[in-house]
Amino acid sequence: MKIESLLEAVGKTPLVPIRHIGQEIKALHSGQVKIYAKLEYFNPGGSVKDRPAARMVQEGIRSGQLTKDKTILDATSGNTGIAYAWIGAALGYKVELVMPENVSLQRKEMILACGAKITYSSPMEGSDGAIRLVKKIAENKKDYFFPDQYNNPMNPQAHYDSTGVEIWEETKGQITHFVAGIGTSGTIMGTGRRLKTFNKKIQIIAVEPNDPLHGLEGLKHMASAIVPGIYKEKELDDKFQMATEPAYEICQRLAREEGLVVGHSSGAAMLAALKIAETLKEGLIVALFPDHGSRYLGHS
Amino acid sequence: MAIKVRIPTPLQKLTGNQGEIDAKGVTVNEVLADLEKQFPGIKGRLYDEKGALRRFINFYVNNEDIRFLKGETTPIKEGDELSIVPAIAGGVGVTGR
Ligand SMILES: Cc1ncc(COP(=O)(O)O)c(C=O)c1O
Repeated sequence: MKIESLLEAVGKTPLVPIRHIGQEIKALHSGQVKIYAKLEYFNPGGSVKDRPAARMVQEGIRSGQLTKDKTILDATSGNTGIAYAWIGAALGYKVELVMPENVSLQRKEMILACGAKITYSSPMEGSDGAIRLVKKIAENKKDYFFPDQYNNPMNPQAHYDSTGVEIWEETKGQITHFVAGIGTSGTIMGTGRRLKTFNKKIQIIAVEPNDPLHGLEGLKHMASAIVPGIYKEKELDDKFQMATEPAYEICQRLAREEGLVVGHSSGAAMLAALKIAETLKEGLIVALFPDHGSRYLGHS
Repeated sequence: MAIKVRIPTPLQKLTGNQGEIDAKGVTVNEVLADLEKQFPGIKGRLYDEKGALRRFINFYVNNEDIRFLKGETTPIKEGDELSIVPAIAGGVGVTGR
């Protein structure tokens, strides 16, 4: 595959069937219900966040808000930061990220490797602390381009234009349920909205942690968090709450039984897919897996 | 003797919005037990059903991860600080970078 810019390699990720986990569920065993995983770690920056980051930056350039003298600035818990960092390097823009100080070393080093700058927010405040701090930094400063991923309509739009279409085409219109975690909610909002335009019966199911104190990196417990402006709960058909430990356990099984080494938010989506499968006679469930498990290794 | 315990935002509902609490004890376990006495319900958030500290929460005595000390039985003394920090993507620590 020859391309002119690394940004062209964003998206068109593989959709693979889950073949072994869940075989005790009758409808999965018989093949009447199928679960597929959309593997977002195939993006150049290793996560689903390449899609919205690329789109927000490109839209900034198109609209004239992002010019070469400006620095791209945003709050992130890691994956969006990695995306901005490599995209900024590829396109020749400076990048500055605000993230909680307790983000993993691997994430920090990937960002620093691309020449981006990191400002740390309090580890005690999680991603909301980073959101509050970035607003202060961005205030009244003209030398920043602040995409504001939690409130930028281009975040869900990226998924409306790519993820949603890909899943519809890859399943040949057979998808009945779409499952994804909510962080900024860009993935579930944009993909869900697009799938509904193809077939409004497709069920859009969000996954969130069951407790404000959780270990599901990238996901937000909506009731206790700063609610993103792009989040429209009305558009969801259902929302599942997942505990951290079972999500960690299913990640181990995904690696051992499927060869899928994925992050914990993927595990949470997988658990939700299995719960849905238990209730169906037939159907095709797509669970979106945001990133690779290597980002979490070294975690005790 | 007083140990300063730093409480992360997601647990501050239980501590009346306080981010710092004084507690007593000579090990991490004892300090957390005293915390439970002061704020009933907090223990169940920190320990799993099997009674082990939850994997996704990191505990630091003066910025040292207790996993590299003596775990739950890590000794702690007056003037020490115990920080409870939710792991983000295997977060390496309060000061680690
Ligand atoms: C690992 C991981 N999972 C899930 C999500 C949630 O995706 P979204 O922000 O589109 O809701 C993110 C986003 O930051 C993430 O990093």
